[in-house]
Amino acid sequence: MKTEGDAPRASSRFWRLLISIRLTVFLLLSLAATSIIGTLVPQNASPQDYVRAYGEFLYRLFYVLDVFDMYHSWWFQTLLVLLTANIVACSIDRLSSLWETVFVKTPGFRLSAFRKLKDRESFSVQGSADALEARYAAAAARRFTYTRTEKTGEGFCIFAEKGRWTRLGVYIVHFSVVFLLMGGLIGSIFGFDGFVNIPEGETVQAVRLRSGGGEQPLEFAIRCDDFQVSFYETGAPKEYRSSLVILEEGEEVLQKDIIVNDPLRYRGINIFQSSYGKIPGDLKATLEKGISLSFTSRASGMVYRETALVGKPVALPEGGGTFTVKELLPSYRFMGQQDLGETLVGSLASPDGGTTEVKLPIRFSRFDKMRKDARFVIAVDEVVEERYYTGLQVTSDPGVPLVYAGFVLMILGCIVTFFMSHQRLCIDVVGRGRKTMVTVSGAANKNRAGIQATVRQMSRRLNALDRG
Amino acid sequence: MNSSSILSIVTFVYGLSALLYIICLIFRKDAPGRAATWTAILGVAGNILGVGLRWVESYQLGYGHAPLSNLYESLVFFAWAIVTIYLFVERRYKNRVIGAFTMPLAFLAMAYASLSPNISDRIQPLIPALKSNWLIAHVITCFLGYAGFAIAFGISLMYVVRERPGGQGPVSSRFPEPATLDDLTHKMVQFGFLFLSIGIITGAVWANSAWGRYWGWDPKETWSLITWFVYATLLHARLMRGWRGRKIAYISILGFMAVLFTYFGVNLLPGLHSYGAQ
Ligand code: HEM
Repeated sequence: MKTEGDAPRASSRFWRLLISIRLTVFLLLSLAATSIIGTLVPQNASPQDYVRAYGEFLYRLFYVLDVFDMYHSWWFQTLLVLLTANIVACSIDRLSSLWETVFVKTPGFRLSAFRKLKDRESFSVQGSADALEARYAAAAARRFTYTRTEKTGEGFCIFAEKGRWTRLGVYIVHFSVVFLLMGGLIGSIFGFDGFVNIPEGETVQAVRLRSGGGEQPLEFAIRCDDFQVSFYETGAPKEYRSSLVILEEGEEVLQKDIIVNDPLRYRGINIFQSSYGKIPGDLKATLEKGISLSFTSRASGMVYRETALVGKPVALPEGGGTFTVKELLPSYRFMGQQDLGETLVGSLASPDGGTTEVKLPIRFSRFDKMRKDARFVIAVDEVVEERYYTGLQVTSDPGVPLVYAGFVLMILGCIVTFFMSHQRLCIDVVGRGRKTMVTVSGAANKNRAGIQATVRQMSRRLNALDRG
Repeated sequence: MNSSSILSIVTFVYGLSALLYIICLIFRKDAPGRAATWTAILGVAGNILGVGLRWVESYQLGYGHAPLSNLYESLVFFAWAIVTIYLFVERRYKNRVIGAFTMPLAFLAMAYASLSPNISDRIQPLIPALKSNWLIAHVITCFLGYAGFAIAFGISLMYVVRERPGGQGPVSSRFPEPATLDDLTHKMVQFGFLFLSIGIITGAVWANSAWGRYWGWDPKETWSLITWFVYATLLHARLMRGWRGRKIAYISILGFMAVLFTYFGVNLLPGLHSYGAQ
């Protein structure tokens, strides 16, 4: 990549910019600063609201700059892409050399370098150096992943190290950021975010998209059998619960009650409880199945119930003639005044041949009592209940596994980077006549206090080992 | 005695401890310092007791949820986290001066929770969206992170005061060495950054299980990301460009302002929902 293009100078300058931490700091701060805009200006509201809030001129300016949907604007996305490029370029640049450092077969140690270190502890023991070698080597091997013993002029030294791989921690963090951005990109290209309202008992096969307002067909159907909402005594909502059934080609394949925070996932599609509402009952459907009417006899006080279908005369008891349901009016103004809502119209044929038109407003069951000289008071018996509909959020996001992998990597990478280090230790054993000097010294790529503690512990352990 | 009254007492215990730390700093006496530490430990114990009792009370009310579900409860946890982390730092570094800069923050958090007329200390039932274990993980990790940043903020203030151009005063010369302050700021920022990251992540997972999207550029989310960017900048400036001392202290102070805005300021922005609601 470094030598691409016919102007190597320019391209290498570009590359140097791309791998510079200056660019990183600039991008991070720019993202932080520009992100604020979108929290000050409400996003994705209606143009009318914006014009009212900001006036014509600012509205036009903001519109041109994509401020109203800034997190999806070209310039914000460009910052994100640059950030990704910055991380990837840096990783390529550093990782190739770091890789060799991390994956060496035999790590190099220089005794002279260790002898200059400040972080060291010394003690002396009786006896010769050689007698200590095996025990010391074993003690070091217990605490470190790699150890090696070398003879020196006056004795021996043990090199030990651990955590070499932790140098890769930063790159784990950086790759996690790339994972997140890739996952987000995949989600926005291949996923969708829709919603649908399903009245109880009904089935849908498509959902409405949140952005753009188009329709997204589904490969299966969703039926809502039941919706329930419960409340605390305080009036706050306690639970929203929808009983859903998934149907494939008419076959029920899955049943699940969903509540908020416990969605239904099927074939890569997620179905979330999101809202609810009420719709008036479906009278027409009831009417087709037969509507239950009550006839209260004024003479005997008896109540008779009959199921009536449109156009089919019902014989009244006590020889009272017949009643025929004719039609359902969506609204009915009584005496040209108040609208009584949905009203059933029927005709009453008395045994003596006269017919009377009867109006039965559904919601006013005692309305027919007003009819003078009637033998029967008629009412629609079962008031058709309002029904709930459940509001479902229906999404598909194939980027989620990548994003979640990024989440895990980021946490692991941060732990490695912040709290683990590459520790290198040297146990330098020098024979001085009948006495032997032992010096433990160490260095780490970070966390000085950590290596100091390791040196102290190792020195104490070796010293104790000798006594015991 | 209910949990709210215990927590009100804890507010004053923290206030007393903060006062003792300040006295210890100004008059260079050990006795008030030791008293300050023991008062702080007492406060932490009371804080834990209060939160535990509140948990029990929520079951007695029939709601039964961990006391981490609204602004009051999160502030109480925040104060607890600040004091607890601070006490670890004090033990590790054997230095009480930092307490004069961090205990007041814990006291202010508790005082705001207990005394502000806008914050209800009533135990409320959980609305459906808040019934999630991810929420508990989210609140705990976010506020551990914020507590780390709060302590880093206190230490950065000390750095700026100690290293101000006019030279050291009689009080600020008792502060730890600049290198120690710088190192501690860095450690606290690392701690805070890790937990803020986990907090944002658990929040995203929660949002994905409740609403089917892990990120929605909602102002609270966006501000937590802004905070994250500021601290990421700090880490990179320090690790890669070798910034130390004053510059780092300034970024750390800026970062804590972003934390405060994420926490309190977001509710002042136009067209928003309150804590936890959606
Ligand atoms: C938002 C995303 C981030 C971006 C864009 C970013 C970018 C970069 C870049 C471009 C470098 C220079 C790489 C090099 O020269 O090797 C770098 C280095 C570094 N970054 Fe990040 N970074 C991000 C997040 C993080 C995070 C979250 C951490 C914390 C754990 C982190 C820790 C580091 C460290 C420790 C280095 C120094 C690497 C070294 O010593 O070689 N970065 N970062």
